[in-house]
Amino acid sequence: MSADAGGGRSRAAYPLILPTWAVLGVFFLLPLCVLFVISFAQRGTYGGLKPIEDLGAYVLSGKFLSHYARSLHPIYLQIFWRSIWMAVVTTIVCLLVSYPVAYYVAIVAPPRRRNLLLGLVVIPFWTSFLIRTYAWMFILRTEGLANRLLMAAGLTSHPLELLYNDFSVLIGLVYGELPFMILPLYASLEKLDRSLLEASADLGAPARETFRRVTIPMTAPGIAAGIVLVFVPSLGQFIVSDLLGGAKTILAGNLVQNQFAVARNKPFGSAVAFELTAAVLLLLLGYAAYTRRRGEDVLL
Amino acid sequence: MPNDVSVAIRGVTKRFGETAAVDRVSLDIRRGEFFSLLGPSGCGKTTLLRMIGGFETPTEGSIAIDGADMTDTPPYLRPVNMVFQHYALFPHLTVGENVAFGLRYRPMDGPARGRRVAEVLELLQLSGFEARRPDQLSGGQRQRVALARALALEPRVLLLDEPLGALDQKLRKEVQVQLKRLQRSLGITFVFVTHDQEEALTMSDRIAVMHRGRVEQAGDAARVFERPATEFVANFMGASNFFSGSVVEAPGGDVVLELSGGGRASVPLDGGPAPRAGEAVRFVVRPEKLDLRRRDLSERGVPSVAVTVEDRVYQGISTIWSVRDAAGGRFTVYEQNERPFEESSRWQPGARLFLCFHARDAVLLRAGGGGAS
Repeated sequence: MSADAGGGRSRAAYPLILPTWAVLGVFFLLPLCVLFVISFAQRGTYGGLKPIEDLGAYVLSGKFLSHYARSLHPIYLQIFWRSIWMAVVTTIVCLLVSYPVAYYVAIVAPPRRRNLLLGLVVIPFWTSFLIRTYAWMFILRTEGLANRLLMAAGLTSHPLELLYNDFSVLIGLVYGELPFMILPLYASLEKLDRSLLEASADLGAPARETFRRVTIPMTAPGIAAGIVLVFVPSLGQFIVSDLLGGAKTILAGNLVQNQFAVARNKPFGSAVAFELTAAVLLLLLGYAAYTRRRGEDVLL
Repeated sequence: MPNDVSVAIRGVTKRFGETAAVDRVSLDIRRGEFFSLLGPSGCGKTTLLRMIGGFETPTEGSIAIDGADMTDTPPYLRPVNMVFQHYALFPHLTVGENVAFGLRYRPMDGPARGRRVAEVLELLQLSGFEARRPDQLSGGQRQRVALARALALEPRVLLLDEPLGALDQKLRKEVQVQLKRLQRSLGITFVFVTHDQEEALTMSDRIAVMHRGRVEQAGDAARVFERPATEFVANFMGASNFFSGSVVEAPGGDVVLELSGGGRASVPLDGGPAPRAGEAVRFVVRPEKLDLRRRDLSERGVPSVAVTVEDRVYQGISTIWSVRDAAGGRFTVYEQNERPFEESSRWQPGARLFLCFHARDAVLLRAGGGGAS
């Protein structure tokens, strides 16, 4: 992605980037091409691909685009729309929760305690994401921890339906993506020159104004990186929606997974997967353009 | 409180944990003067400046600006502005936006704000740079933007935290003169922090020399230079010619001393308490006020100490002589090279000479701390 960002890179550097391109090519570009090709094929009777007898006729009939056409059906558009909506909400909630946390760790907390606090953010990664998502099922279910606490506190007389709805999916998504927002925000807040905050106060700006006019613009690269890091995986999530959403909440990720694993319609699954990838790549291109303009990059 | 006091610092102490960065400092900074806080790094000068700006709160004591107590007032409500050490310009804003930053919190409309920005930029010869970003400016230009941004708000007191430190030597000299001229024409009180005694002398009306959190001496710039009150100030001002002796008698405003290097000297008391006969005291004479002679001049009433030449450094305009007395005390003599050039090297190391000075140039030293303004 950032291969051309260096501008005047000399030819001598090409051998050095070769391994990067090799890895990207084998594990990303090649599978993407396979996906792209398959998305134009037709499903065979037993889940494989139907052989194409006359390529010319096949192309001219426009049948190769049938899966893309199908994905525009309202039922699927609704799923895409829901996925985008959930990813947007997840990103916003993550940003609102993470900013104070990152601000505290980077600026308020004494420097010697920063590594400990950052460690706490990273510790959940030691446990499998699947297990942590199951843990949320135990917390949120009718006789779960959350309901017992709520009832013990007298906030509700009967258990609430916390599991298997948009709320529980959102909790799972936010929980899973939180560290990916906190870390880039921390990185850019930690770089923030304190004397800029003091200069703002010196010039008459109260704390809220300093935050709005100095802190946020100065940490915009971290915010952008966090948004990308959270939004992209949220868009393709299927574990969380599967486990915490029950059968009710289908997201684009589940749709792809279902086409490959359940419906065994590889071409349609490929088409949807390719659409998702294309959307993400567009987002990343936007991000790359932004960082090139800023000349500052936390992520790439 | 006297009407001409701009910043009144009363018994201010700032402790960070166990250590006192600033220790019981009291100072009156007068309205419209160029005041320097001078001292080595870690002496507490920046902490004191930051307390005037409101970035640190004193552990003890009070700070008043123009008669109003500001000890617990946050920075954004103080009538002072600061030029930060590395300028702290907002990198995401243009020069014009940087200068306009604080005007938004003033009761003025857009056009008035624009006029003020243009006015200040012109004052600092920055017209035409409005649309540039800080990273497109030279060090000197950045320094002027920082100054413009602070002055745009017409502060009662301008605080400057070593603002010339990042500039090269030649530019620095120019800016010193410009800054002093600017201060005089605006009539704003400047409080300037520096570790460079020459810089402080060039610009300041008055200087406070700080050491280990305390004010060693505060007073008129020339006076601090010529009549250092303590050994630390004398050293810091580049006058490290220490003579010791014992008091013979102290009649009137003078003290007659028996020098440990031999000879007698009658030195002025400079207003301090008179020492008792027999007491051991030290005094200092600036290197440019010492003279080397072939003959003992004590009969003519000129204090003369027998010394041996150790070294000679020819510097073009002047020659620096290093000499040593019988007791092992080392002295430095600056000699202007105004004689015919054949004579500039007239003495070789090992030559036995007499170190002479005028008794009025001798400065009695007191035992650390306390020199009042």
